[in-house]
Amino acid sequence: MSKLKIHWYKYAAPVNFYPLAGKMIPFFTGLTIILFAIGLYMSFFVAPVDFQQGHSYRIIFIHVPAAWMGMFLYVLMAIYAGIGWAFNARLASMMATAIAPTGAIFTFISLVTGSLWGKPAWGVFWVWDARMTSTLILMFLYIGFISLQSSIDDTRRADRAGAVLALVGVINVPIIYFSVQWWNTLHQGATLTARSFKMAPSMLAAMFVLMGACWLYSIAIVLVRVRLIIKERERDAPWLVEEAVVA
Amino acid sequence: MAASIPSMFRWLVWRELLLAWRRRTDVLATLFFFIIVVSLFPLGVGPEPQLLRTIAPGVVWVAALLASMLALGRTFGNDYQDGTLEQLLLTPQPLFLIVLAKVLAQWIVSELPLVLVAPVLGMQFGLSQNTLWIMTVSLLLGTPVLSLIGSIGAALTLGLRAANVLVALLVLPLYIPVLIFGAGAIESTVNGLEPQAYLLLLGATLVLALAFAPWATSAALRISVE
Repeated sequence: MSKLKIHWYKYAAPVNFYPLAGKMIPFFTGLTIILFAIGLYMSFFVAPVDFQQGHSYRIIFIHVPAAWMGMFLYVLMAIYAGIGWAFNARLASMMATAIAPTGAIFTFISLVTGSLWGKPAWGVFWVWDARMTSTLILMFLYIGFISLQSSIDDTRRADRAGAVLALVGVINVPIIYFSVQWWNTLHQGATLTARSFKMAPSMLAAMFVLMGACWLYSIAIVLVRVRLIIKERERDAPWLVEEAVVA
Repeated sequence: MAASIPSMFRWLVWRELLLAWRRRTDVLATLFFFIIVVSLFPLGVGPEPQLLRTIAPGVVWVAALLASMLALGRTFGNDYQDGTLEQLLLTPQPLFLIVLAKVLAQWIVSELPLVLVAPVLGMQFGLSQNTLWIMTVSLLLGTPVLSLIGSIGAALTLGLRAANVLVALLVLPLYIPVLIFGAGAIESTVNGLEPQAYLLLLGATLVLALAFAPWATSAALRISVE
């Protein structure tokens, strides 16, 4: 029994995680490509044309997964940053730093695709709808995190300062969300029921496949980035120097 | 022998006020920034009374947000440079209270003047007397939240390159609920509605910020100074 037990903390050390991540990257990249291929095929050729919106609705297949990823990754980033700060785990802090750009990009994609979809569906690129506004604010939070970390030279301080900011942000996200929602209803803006059309099962399936593709892409790209961060920060570690000599 | 906590608190606030009094121009600069920003809007959008009345709540609150951000760098900046902050961190008194004292002093010095001047500016925008009252109350409840949240940003960016710009990036998104509730309170009064809900929400935000922000600021200070 004791032989089967995995020592989980083993992979909290960059020296052990670095090769593990290297082995996982091709696996996740391959899955990402396969799922993207299937998902894109389904969304272009299998999912039926919407009788109200025609073909323009097809942008949701990337819009919705991107919006979800933007939100999930922020929470995930805050969790990693919090763990890294509380338990002094370097690798967790590195993961938080590695997640931030991907989250910001997904949030940006969801904003861009949202407004591209808004033009044919509502006639305008941008409305101050509660959901769009809070997504915009989420992107500001990502940008704040990234620029705070990049302007601190001492990595230890950068990790911890980022953790405080990310955790404060996570507490604030629901407050911001509700305040924006109340503000929006007060202003009597264009009441949008974008989700008014019923989804065909094939549409839903395509969306979930692309959702999975986005998850796997995020895992793959974060692992690539965390390996680079490990290389940069641990450049003087003997095991990394050895590897460089071998390679 | 360590000073008792209340006397420490009083001493800290008094010291900040005295320092601010000795550097009066800094305080006045923030105040005049607020006044100028608010006065620019009628010049930009035109003197139409109806339009001015509509935009007044937002203009006053956005200007208050920007002005309070200008003052943030001073909360810990000078103490950080001359080493006082390190001594404060070494005192046996809880850091939570030290932070609270500094934030209170910062609020008295840089926000309270804005709150007192705001009704005069509101008159320029043709707001009714009742609205001016609500505006003052909303600013009284909301500006301490700005100081509290801002202190987190100020502590995180201590001694960094381009700290002033960075603080804006970090803090402004977090200010949004205060802006919405504060401007909402005034706006509902302008439209003849009850502002009570917004004021209660502002009060709730203040309580929440009082409980959590000094704690986060203390953590950030320890990170920045170590």
